[in-house]
Amino acid sequence: MLQNTDANTDLAVRSLDAICVNESRLEHKWYHNLKYLVVGIFFGIVFVKAEVISWYRIQEMFRLQSFHMYGIIGSAVITGMISVWLIKKFNVKTIYGELIRISPKAFNKGQIYGGLMFGLGWAMTGACPGPLFAQIGTGATVVGVTLLSAIAGTWVYGRIREKLPH
Amino acid sequence: MIEFLKQPWAWYVAGPLIGLTVPILLIIGNKSFGISSSLRHICASCMPANIPFFKYDWKKEVWNLFFVLGIFLGGAIAINLLSNPAPVEVNPELAGELTRYGITDYRSLIPQDIINWQSLFTIKGFLLMVVGGFLVGFGTRYAGGCTSGHAIMGLSNLQLPSLIATGCFMIGGFIMANLILPLILSL
Repeated sequence: MLQNTDANTDLAVRSLDAICVNESRLEHKWYHNLKYLVVGIFFGIVFVKAEVISWYRIQEMFRLQSFHMYGIIGSAVITGMISVWLIKKFNVKTIYGELIRISPKAFNKGQIYGGLMFGLGWAMTGACPGPLFAQIGTGATVVGVTLLSAIAGTWVYGRIREKLPH
Repeated sequence: MIEFLKQPWAWYVAGPLIGLTVPILLIIGNKSFGISSSLRHICASCMPANIPFFKYDWKKEVWNLFFVLGIFLGGAIAINLLSNPAPVEVNPELAGELTRYGITDYRSLIPQDIINWQSLFTIKGFLLMVVGGFLVGFGTRYAGGCTSGHAIMGLSNLQLPSLIATGCFMIGGFIMANLILPLILSL
């Protein structure tokens, strides 16, 4: 069922991205991915019930009119920090027995220019990428256009990436 | 129990639950939490167009697409089974300001007065949805991550680049919400 693959030849390309470097060297049958579907469902429910997907909550955050979003992001980060610290301290392994690894992120100017651009878009759409998917799920079909536009934005970035300052 | 779950959840419940996604994804498969990369995988799978940035084995990252499909389904489940019939509560100051732009419908978490199919074909709607969406997709990839990949996963791992990125997300958001968005909403 499990199969170790050779050195990951894609790592160089995928590491261009600061996030989502899949550290696993194992290959599984497709249905192993259903785990992530379940985690996503749980996550989407939290997004809606805590109003993280609310356009209004994002406006309140950027106008300092509510503590709600700061509380959510702050407590999420603290929970994540403690978890990562515990994972490293006790060398926790995955359920497949692999050692957990997290790639460090390298600084480049994209984090500033791109970060500012994303911030502008976040306040306009009232959604970062995760909430876009959840908003469509709640029946706001027109947000599908926003998602397609975000995919187009990602594609255009990939197309002109060599010409941009990094 | 269901009645209890139907109320909006407090930040101190939701925040830790969102934070727990970080160790869960690591433990069930060595995956670093991140959502905006799903947009890249969609590009790589549907229209790579020989662009080096999209030439990688996206099938290895298919877990990320299952994850965002789950988020979509989670949204549908929450709205159908756990939805709260009361209107969305908004800071009175914000509500006062939004009334001036004709935003008065608080039935949904997404303001239906400005984000709807008719509005898409107006300048205001086009800017909010199409231009806004483009900035989200372009900006997150340029920054190498979004709120989940940088602000939550990156900060959890004490990464300075993620702190810089998160600071820039916030600066961009403050500029848009306070200086530019009022002009767009007045259109």
